[in-house]
Amino acid sequence: MSKKTLFDKVWDAHVVDAIENGPQILYIDKHLIHEVTSPQAFNELKARNIPIFRPDQIVATADHNTPTVDQHLPVKDDLSRKQLKQLSENCKANYITLYELGHKYNGIVHVMAPELGITQPGMTIVCGDSHTSTHGAFGSIAFGIGTSQVAQVFASQCLLLTKPKSLRVTVNGTLKKGVLPKDVILYIIAQIGTNAGTGYFCEYAGDVFENMSMEGRMTVCNMSIEMGARGGMIAPDQTTFDYVKDREFAPKGKDFEDKVAYWKTLPTDEGAIFDKEYTFNAEDIEPMITYGTNPGMGIKITDNIPQFNDASFEKSLKYMDFKKGESLIDKTINYVFIGSCTNSRIEDFRIAAQYIKGKQKADNVTAWLVPGSKQVESQIIEEGLKSIFENAGFKLRQPGCSACLAMNDDKIPEGEYCVSTSNRNFEGRQGQGSRTILASPLVAAATAIEGKIIDVTATNFVAEEI
Amino acid sequence: MEKFTTLQSTAIPLAIENIDTDQIIPARFLKATDRNGFGENAFRDWRFNKDGSVNTDFALNQKEYSGSILVAGNNFGCGSSREHAAWALTDYGFKVVVSSFFADIFKGNALNNGLLPVQVSDDFLKVLLNEIKENPKTELIVNLEKQTISVANTSFKEHFEIDPYKKTCLINGYDDIDYLLSKKELITQFENQRS
Repeated sequence: MSKKTLFDKVWDAHVVDAIENGPQILYIDKHLIHEVTSPQAFNELKARNIPIFRPDQIVATADHNTPTVDQHLPVKDDLSRKQLKQLSENCKANYITLYELGHKYNGIVHVMAPELGITQPGMTIVCGDSHTSTHGAFGSIAFGIGTSQVAQVFASQCLLLTKPKSLRVTVNGTLKKGVLPKDVILYIIAQIGTNAGTGYFCEYAGDVFENMSMEGRMTVCNMSIEMGARGGMIAPDQTTFDYVKDREFAPKGKDFEDKVAYWKTLPTDEGAIFDKEYTFNAEDIEPMITYGTNPGMGIKITDNIPQFNDASFEKSLKYMDFKKGESLIDKTINYVFIGSCTNSRIEDFRIAAQYIKGKQKADNVTAWLVPGSKQVESQIIEEGLKSIFENAGFKLRQPGCSACLAMNDDKIPEGEYCVSTSNRNFEGRQGQGSRTILASPLVAAATAIEGKIIDVTATNFVAEEI
Repeated sequence: MEKFTTLQSTAIPLAIENIDTDQIIPARFLKATDRNGFGENAFRDWRFNKDGSVNTDFALNQKEYSGSILVAGNNFGCGSSREHAAWALTDYGFKVVVSSFFADIFKGNALNNGLLPVQVSDDFLKVLLNEIKENPKTELIVNLEKQTISVANTSFKEHFEIDPYKKTCLINGYDDIDYLLSKKELITQFENQRS
């Protein structure tokens, strides 16, 4: 029997049929939807008089344009309110479970689905959002789709797809103190570029990922799309099973045991061939920071901005108002965002709180701490992190995508820098004219305390077990 | 979906790499609940200056350039999966986007909306950008049936790849839903076998 990768095993188990010399029909186990990329798909089905095929395999949440303060009040922005209302109406009319604003399970789609046990190993999961790659942390095939494809899954619970090529990124060794999963993925993207993964599905392998928590694995897989890969996966193991076990929608009892037995068969066979492979050493990775307008433009926090003579590179630096060869250390920063589907889970707030405890927020800094879900928010309160933040002069906001894409009121003003734990530093991503610097929650927390970028490795901060 | 066979048109050059979908249609315009009208805000923050005035340095605003073909730098359409980017381009009037590399999700979205992504070699992209810059009246000819893109009245020509199934869909104006619905029985059978 031929050796198969984790991706092959999950993919092959979901192929319904194949068109000769064409795409395959892939069955989708879970379809996650939100307010921004679903309305046109609902409209299309309605216009064509096509019913939703499997409403019980769809889960909806409101996250992209929701406010992060006063969620108990009606949403102020007319268009956002209308979009949210339409989601509620569409879900109701089609018998789809919706965790709307204020619900105890509401949150960013890529935070709430894993924490509810909706995301499980071996599944195929899609959502009209490119960061659906997050769910690959569980050893599932998860990827973002366009709205036409949302309509296709509504109509048939399937998609027509050409099987992507396989890519493996292996990182072995032990990460240095202060190097977080976010630094690992920013390092990988800086090394291989923003389109190295295009056309591929990526598997992350090696000690570093094996020793990572599920939260960390989600951070890594989340940013697979930033190197062009439709999705990223990590083989399910005991860490995965322990995380899934007993969650709201996870299989229970004997069912769970049976599932675990199957999930254990999923890891890539020894000797399986990948179309492309990259290998890195954990010891080479340092806390990272970006200086440009795509996530591949990242450097070690202590490095200087590289000097390329290329029009797109220069356009990017001009937008950021940085100079070639410049260091970002000591750069004054007035905005800090800790949140987004990349870094808004409990561990991210634990590490930020560890750094912040006993210190005070810099006066020049406006900091937005936005949990990924209602459950994360509750946990922050229960663990006493909220009071640590408040004692240091921070205010905890309510869950949502927030300043990651600035569809709501959480916008970084024009020309301002924001050290952000989100995933994209594109021009205007956090508000028109805003300048985003991507970093880990630790670097973001340190920036908020100092009011400028500092070398966290030079401080006496030692992270405790999170 | 509109059918696509051949197109001869002048083109607009956008020699910028890594154009992400946030640039094609910024997030603040994603609150609409239908597919229409996104063209008005295509490349909004590049077309207009901060004070709201028209940015005359941007190719889409330069009078010499027009047409329904957009010729753009490497890795076009990266980032967010928003199909609004494809809707914005078609609504603006584009029928073809040429680049030396397309991001996966954008490419799929374009094909699902009758917007043809034509992937050419780096060298040919340079030729195209150069020819258009030299003479903005230069016309490009895209032939989907033969899978070729050429510069009118020159010998510059290149073959491009497209999934045969998607090619059939574009030529006939079919979409994937029609096909998937015709396979419902098979899909149900698959579900039954798994449970």
